Amino acid sequence: MFEDFMVNAWEAGTIVAIIAGVVGFFVVLRGNSFLAHAVPHGAFAGAAGAVLIGVDPLIGLGVFAAGGALTISVLGRRARSDVITALSLAMMLGLGSFFLSRSSEYSAEVFSLLFGQILGVSSVQIVPMIVLGAVCLAAVGLLYRPLLIASVLPEMAPSRGVNPQIITVVFGFILACATTMSVPIVGALLMFALLVGPPAAARFVTRRPVTAIPLSVLLALVTIWASIALAYVSDWPVGFFVTAISALIYVAGRGVSALRRRVPASRNTARVEAEAVAA
Amino acid sequence: MTHSTQEWNDVPGAVLSARDIRVTLSGKLILDGVDLDVAPGEFVGLIGANGAGKTTLLRSLLGVLKPTSGTVERPRRDARTGGVGYLPQKVALDVDAPLRARDVVALGLDGGRPGIPLHRRATRKRVDETLDAVNALSFAEQRIGEMSGGQQQRVLLAHALISDPALLLLDEPLANLDPASAYDIVTLLDRLRRTHRVAIVITAHDMNLLLPVMDRIVYLAGGRAVTGSPEAVVRSDVLTRLYGRPIRVIRAEGRVMVIADDAGIPDEVHHELPAEVAGASGSSGLSGSSGGGL
Ligand SMILES: Nc1ncnc2c1ncn2[C@@H]1O[C@H](COP(=O)(O)OP(=O)(O)O)[C@@H](O)[C@H]1O
Ligand SMILES: [Mg+2]
Repeated sequence: MFEDFMVNAWEAGTIVAIIAGVVGFFVVLRGNSFLAHAVPHGAFAGAAGAVLIGVDPLIGLGVFAAGGALTISVLGRRARSDVITALSLAMMLGLGSFFLSRSSEYSAEVFSLLFGQILGVSSVQIVPMIVLGAVCLAAVGLLYRPLLIASVLPEMAPSRGVNPQIITVVFGFILACATTMSVPIVGALLMFALLVGPPAAARFVTRRPVTAIPLSVLLALVTIWASIALAYVSDWPVGFFVTAISALIYVAGRGVSALRRRVPASRNTARVEAEAVAA
Repeated sequence: MTHSTQEWNDVPGAVLSARDIRVTLSGKLILDGVDLDVAPGEFVGLIGANGAGKTTLLRSLLGVLKPTSGTVERPRRDARTGGVGYLPQKVALDVDAPLRARDVVALGLDGGRPGIPLHRRATRKRVDETLDAVNALSFAEQRIGEMSGGQQQRVLLAHALISDPALLLLDEPLANLDPASAYDIVTLLDRLRRTHRVAIVITAHDMNLLLPVMDRIVYLAGGRAVTGSPEAVVRSDVLTRLYGRPIRVIRAEGRVMVIADDAGIPDEVHHELPAEVAGASGSSGLSGSSGGGL
């Protein structure tokens, strides 16, 4: 499974996992899972439109991802953002089905954007991935503290000079960037699973942000590496493994958290009982 | 209350100057021309019934809410001071958020800065000292979301304090605290305003703890602010009028107690509503400063 054509798959999977682990940490911290669902799936419509008018699908993806994220973060300010997210997603999917109905010849290519084609990644695709991935990582690295404070304490952030509304828009762009680089490789569905499952599991295990992010990346890497290997061996779709393993990792994380909460409590009980006996 | 704001325009050295603040929310006039000046080291209590606009005023003073009209001059953040520290009335925290008390307090110091923090020993020491000052060091390693309301409040207060703000805006910081913790926080705030000249504007429904330390009380009703010394405002008649319900103030052995009391309000209180409360700005007890150097 390390033949030449597989090297691209391992590389692409590794890059996607790193970006999903880092960006996903903030997706979960901000309670933005629904946004992380809407942006990749809506962006797929942009790719369908791009194929229809004969431009690079990556451009269609980028335009729809950024446009969707911007619309949701700006309109969501004055209304319930879940409602805005749902309507934007529905509109983009509607547009996508319209574009697809006009361009039946290319639909196979577009459908792969939903479920990915990681085993068929070409080395030409790796370069834009690395560029967009680097932009995402640089943006998160630069805005690490403002992102943290705006996500956890939006009411208090302004007194530290951080405008949470601006951070919401900027984070929408970061998510759009992560989506654009990864959807052609892993597909919208898998990107969504990777953005939520591993980061949500990581925060059950550690209580420090500086360890939760690397752990989230590690879990995303394990997910995608295991999925590629299992898909190669079994000939089942990668997407099945990525979604299943993401969910399993989340369940395992919850298990760890349940244990963590029970252990100290039972130790305390034991000590209290021992003291009671001694007294 | 037709004309009721105090008149200390252009106070030199005021750390906070708000002029003629008007706020309309969803077509409803919430604040109708509020003036407020606060001097360095001054301890100001902001009182008023639920919905009187205390939170709205604090958010306007902080700058997160743009008043419909009026101006606010507030301290800026720079190398020497942390500007304005703010503690909101309610903060919703995610139980599983991977953030310890220490992380939250460190964000109060450098949460606006770019880049990933590499905290040096001096920073970590400062975080711990601030946690210690609010009696929160014992749960410094706990997740913020897993703490009790009162513990969270103390950690968030440490977050607001650590940057050495020139002004603290505290929205019901004592609401979730047990009496001992509340007393400790008030004592800490009183010490800070003396040692660091921090100006404090605090809202609270239970005034008993604040009475010994407040220089001045600003009370909000009908969109207007009236200011006065604690002696002038904390009276059965004034408070009863303000809250629209019987409130009794008992003074004994140099201590003051404020109790909501439907049963025992003496009749004369109702007859004797003082002129000051009706709004004459120049009348005896309710205008002018009482301490704090203004
Ligand atoms: N976003 C809003 N839109 C409309 N009215 C609001 C809004 N926020 C607060 N209010 C109203 O403003 C008034 C003052 O609220 P608030 O400042 O929270 O009062 P307090 O803190 O004194 O209890 C209340 O009547 C409240 O209903
Ligand atoms: Mg309030």
